[in-house]
Formats: sequence, C-alpha cells, structure tokens
Amino acid sequence: MSLVTTPVGLDSAPPPGAPAESGTSTSARPPAETGRSRSALVLRLVGAVALVGVVATVWLGLWVTPPDQFMGNLVRLLYLHPSIAWVMYVAYGVAFLSSLLYLWPRTRSLRWDKLAGASSEVGVVFTGLTLVTGSIWGRPTWGAWWTWDPLLTTTALLFVLYLGYLAVRRIPGDSEVRARRSAIAALIAFVDVPICYFSVLWWRSLHQAPSVDDPVNGKTYIHGSMAWTLLLSFVSFTLVYVWLLVHRYRLFGLAEREEGEGLALAIEERRAESQVPSR
Amino acid sequence: MGPVISLREAVSLSGRFPLLAGVTFEVAEGEVVHLRGPNGAGKSSLLRLCAGLVAVSSGTAVVLGHDLTADRQTVRREVGLLAHSSFLYDDLSVVDNLRFAVRASRSDPAGVDRALALLGLDGRLRGTRVGRLSAGQRRRTAIAVLAARRPRLWLLDEPHAGLDAEGRELLDELVVGARSDGATVVLASHELDRADRLADRVVALAGGRVVAPAPAPAPAPADSVRGCDEARAPVSLAEGCDVA
Amino acid sequence: MWRDALLVAGKDLKIELRSKVGLGQVVPFALVVLLLFGLALGPGVGRGSVLFSAEPGLFWIAVLLATVLAVQRSFAVEAVDDASDGLRLSGLDPAGIFVGKAAAIGCQLLVLELVLALVSSLLYDRHLEGGLLLAGSCVVATVGLVSIGTVYGVVSLGARQRETLLPLLFFPMVAPVLLAATKAWDAALSGSPGHGLGWLDVLAVFAVAYLAIGTVAFGPLLEDA
Repeated sequence: MSLVTTPVGLDSAPPPGAPAESGTSTSARPPAETGRSRSALVLRLVGAVALVGVVATVWLGLWVTPPDQFMGNLVRLLYLHPSIAWVMYVAYGVAFLSSLLYLWPRTRSLRWDKLAGASSEVGVVFTGLTLVTGSIWGRPTWGAWWTWDPLLTTTALLFVLYLGYLAVRRIPGDSEVRARRSAIAALIAFVDVPICYFSVLWWRSLHQAPSVDDPVNGKTYIHGSMAWTLLLSFVSFTLVYVWLLVHRYRLFGLAEREEGEGLALAIEERRAESQVPSR
Repeated sequence: MGPVISLREAVSLSGRFPLLAGVTFEVAEGEVVHLRGPNGAGKSSLLRLCAGLVAVSSGTAVVLGHDLTADRQTVRREVGLLAHSSFLYDDLSVVDNLRFAVRASRSDPAGVDRALALLGLDGRLRGTRVGRLSAGQRRRTAIAVLAARRPRLWLLDEPHAGLDAEGRELLDELVVGARSDGATVVLASHELDRADRLADRVVALAGGRVVAPAPAPAPAPADSVRGCDEARAPVSLAEGCDVA
Repeated sequence: MWRDALLVAGKDLKIELRSKVGLGQVVPFALVVLLLFGLALGPGVGRGSVLFSAEPGLFWIAVLLATVLAVQRSFAVEAVDDASDGLRLSGLDPAGIFVGKAAAIGCQLLVLELVLALVSSLLYDRHLEGGLLLAGSCVVATVGLVSIGTVYGVVSLGARQRETLLPLLFFPMVAPVLLAATKAWDAALSGSPGHGLGWLDVLAVFAVAYLAIGTVAFGPLLEDA
C-alpha cells in the first residue's frame, strides 16, 4: 500500500487534514515509488548507523578510553549525558521552530504540526534521560541524587512543561484547531525556558554549583580517544533523534491519513442519510 | 445588497464527524425560512455555522456580507442565535443578563426594558437570578436577549421548545415583528405547522445536506403571515414601528 | 478592547458577588491549606521554627493553589450551559475578554492574599514587615499569575479533563513566579527589602511577558476551545 493521498469521495472539496500531507513521499508516480523506497532505505541506514554509533560509544566509553585523572571512571558518564542533553535542546528547538512555521500564515501546513509533535515527544524522552543520567552522575559527584542547580531545576521544569504540552496535544478537536492550539502552547512553553533559567540562576547565585553540562571543564585534560568518543556520541545520538523523529512523524502521517479516509467515509455515510426519504 | 446567507457546498466537521456534508443554501433579506428535517439532520449545525460558532471546513459561507471562512468574529455581534443552551449566567439576574448581552453586542440599551416587558419578564422576575427560574422562564429570558438586541439576522433553534402556549404566541409575534422590521429569520422547529405558517419558505435537511432545495410550500405562507398580522397587531421592535 | 474588558470584569465580579464562591469556598480552602502546612511542618513558634522561616513560601503555595480554583471557577461560569459558546457568541473582543477575566480573578486574588497574609502571619508567628514591598510583590505577582492562569484556563476549557489539565499546565509555568515572589517576601519580612527589589523586577518581567502572551494568544485559543 502506498502512502499517497487517496482520492476522497467528495465531489467538490476534499476534507481538510487528508490532502497532500501523507507520509514521507508525495506523489503517486512510479518514480516517486522508488524515491520512497530510497528514503525508506536511507532511514534504515540512519537507524543502523545510529545503533552502531551508540554501541561504539558505549564500547569506547567503557573499555577503550582511560579513566579521568580527577573524576576516575565517573568520566565515562560524560560520553552519554551531554549528548543526550544536546538532543533534548535540538528536539525542543525543532518543535519551537516548526510551531512557529505552523503559525506563520505563509508556511502554515499540518506538516509542521506533526513535526512539532514528533520532535517534542522525542524531546520529552530525552529530557527524562538527561535527568536520569544527570542524577546518576550527581550521586557520586555531589553525594546527592539531586541538587538545586539552576540547570537541573530548569530541566525538571522543562520536563513537566512539555508533558503539559503533550497533554494539550491530546485535547480532542479538529486537526487544524488542534494544531493551532498546540503550536501556541509550544511557543509559550519554549519562551518560558530561558526566563525560567535566569530566575533559577539568580536564586542559586549564592553558591554556584558545578554544572553538570559542562564538558568544557574536562576538555583541557581531554585525551585523544576521549574527544573522539565524545564526538561520536554526539553524532550517534543526533542520528538516534533523527531516526525516532522521522518514524514518529510518519506515524502521525499514517494516523492522519487513516483519519482522512475515515472522514471521507463519514461524509459519504452522512450524505447517504439524506437519500433516505424523510418526512 | 446580496443574500443575507449564502452557503455553497459548506462542510462543517466536529472532530471526524461531518455535521454538515456540503450545504448549498441561500436566504434573501427579509425572508423567514423554516428548516425542516429529522433529528440529526444538521439543522442546529447549520444555524450554528451561520452564527459563526463552528468553522467552515470547506466550501464557502457568507453571512451578512462576512466571509465566514476568513472571519467569524464580526458576524457574531450581528446575528442573534437562540440555541438549545441559553448562554445565560445563572448567578446574574434576568435584567443583568440582558444588559450584558446588549452591551457586548453594542446594541441599543433601551431595548432591554422593552424586551422584558414584551416577554412578561418585568416586575418580579426582572431582578431574579436566572438560576432560580423555571425552564420556561429561562427560555423566555434567552428569547428576551434576542428581542433586546434586535439583530439583523435571527437564527432560532427550536424556539418553541419549552414554552407555554402564551410563550409560543409571543414568539410567533416576535418573528412577525422582526420580519416587518426588515430582519431576516431562519428557524428550525418541530412545531411544523406553526413554523410553516410563519415561514415564507421551507427548506428540508437530511444527513447534513439540503434535500429539497426550496420547493414552494403548498399553502401560501405569506398569506397566513399576513393573517397573523391582522389578527394581532405585529409586535414591532422598531422605534417608529407605527410609521413603518 | 478596554470597554469590553471592563464589561467582562464587571460581569465576572458581579457574578462573584452574587454567588460568593470565592469568599465561601476559595478563601476557606486556602486557609485550610495554611492549617495543613502547620500540621505538616509544626508545631513550633517564633524564630527558628520551620513554619517561621517557611512562611513566605507557604503563603505563596496557598495562593497558587487558590489561583487554580479561581481560574477554574471563572471558566466554569462560562461553561455552565455549553462550553464557551456564549463567550464566543457575545462578539466581544477576545483581548478584552482576556483582560477582563484576568482582572476579575486578580481582584479576587488580591483580597485573598490580604486575608492569607494576615492569617499566615498570625499562625506562623511572623510579623508583616516591609509592607510596601509585600504589597508591591503581591500586585505584580498576581498580574503574572492571573495572566497565565487565564490563558491556560481557556486552553483547558476545550478538554474533557479540564480539572487535571489546568494545574499540570499552570504550575510549571508559574514556578519562577513562586520563586521570585517568595524571595521578595522573604527579603521584606527579614527586614532587608533591598534584596527583594531584584526579585520584584523578575516578577515584573513575568507579569509583562504573560500579559503579552495572553493578549495575543487568548483569541485563537478561545476560538479553539
């Protein structure tokens, strides 16, 4: 079965939500078919590379690289944590930009809405991972699972903010309505992040705790293999993000298409009602 | 001036359900149109669409010169919708509810007292909280809001429901009065004979579409309306009604 | 817009005066919260007790909880018959509706804050000093709280689970307001209002930002509710 816009059974106007939004490819021509399978292949490749990258990162991080002279084996967590946090920021950035593009009348398209939804979902997962890895790092470093570091606190707020955003996305409604509401919610959530950060920063300004996301600290001492591992980690987690994003996006597209087909059917059924002779 | 309502293949969705599945429908200025159809035919949805409450998903819809696909805000001030729910504030008195609605729609505040008197809501009921009213009185208050606002387009969804005999007569008189003021009325009522008598034209809906596009109703409705006029003087809400 | 705002605020306050839900339920609720804090963190009086040092935070937590109720009430009034149709049908300027509703909730909250300030000072044995900073931070914080509260009030109006959605959206957004307001109060009560002025600025930033967000976003959100 193809991911192509189905002709909807409406004689004059296609219902919104259904048209031209499906999946990854757009047209029904045979060349596009090959294009689609090529894009599927690329995606699979991305997934494979991401997987290999992550495995390699773990291997390099745990076995190949030497322990840090100050942090000891703890440094190994640094191959994971910064790149996960990086993906989190990328994900929210993408969600923000696509929400903006959705609200901008000239670029309004449900594609952006789906992208924002997919990206923020991945973002929430990575925020959770950031918090967990940060916490694991914090326990031996600071002797506590949690410190009220500005970055930690803001990240926790970020987590809840975007959970709220995902809840807003689930409010039922017309797809356009839902998209607009979600886009506004995404903007509000995103705009709140920097101000949140600064207020918490001032709150903690009394004793500035060592920041978790500060690999620069160790960079001057960084060993050749350590730098490469860190770089690999960034690349492979970004690829993981891309892979998840595209899949989630496609899933949204499929759900939307199903909805669109259901809609065409529903309109037909509704019209059939009018054929029944009424009083 | 063009038609007051002009819909072309208008589709309106609620989630995935098409409330209206492509309605083409036109109402000229000063007309009284009766929408008929079984339950779930889309009568309420059509009225709500004309009031700018539900979005037009596809097709075109122009009401009182406003394109509803572009702007649904302005039209709301100008139409009066009598819906199933009354849009009244339970904790406010009858007169406060009317005052709020009149001010919100920027209508003439003098209409409030006139409307209250007209619907028999002056006196004791005037200052009563709407939450304390009976269902019928509540309905009357909702109608009074419309009468006070004197919109150019009246959209009446089951206006006779929940009213006593006197209330129904009052409502009919209001419709006749609105018409003689030059307002346009679209109503959907299950009191078929009553509504047909009021209407210039009957439009039948089923399955979210117009099924009988404006057939001339058998008994000349204009006559019966006129007869109505003669029987009891039309309740005109215009200031200079006797001149008109 | 201002005309509509005044109209809506007047209407909402009149409803509140008639129904007395705020006075009869929200204020007592906030008082119960203060008592519960006492049970959880007490007993103890005077300097050195947990309640004494935590008073600013406890006060603001109680205000935050009450804000959610006040916002919910403000929108429940609109949705008695049918969700938000009445507001939309009124043809009022959405920005005006936003400002009006926020102002009405804000008025109620300020009264509530006055009551809570007196009671918490009494219960937790902390004198209200630096009255100007206290009052100032209350006003500015309230603007921020009601603005974002009203925005999310209308967002959750369309949701079936509106009782749970509003707090989920609202609390993370106002965490910084809570932080700044608590700090400002703490500074005022400890007799060093100079330290609180910076936090007052933070509150002002949020008030302006949330007010701006609400004025712009309320219209489309009401449309979608």
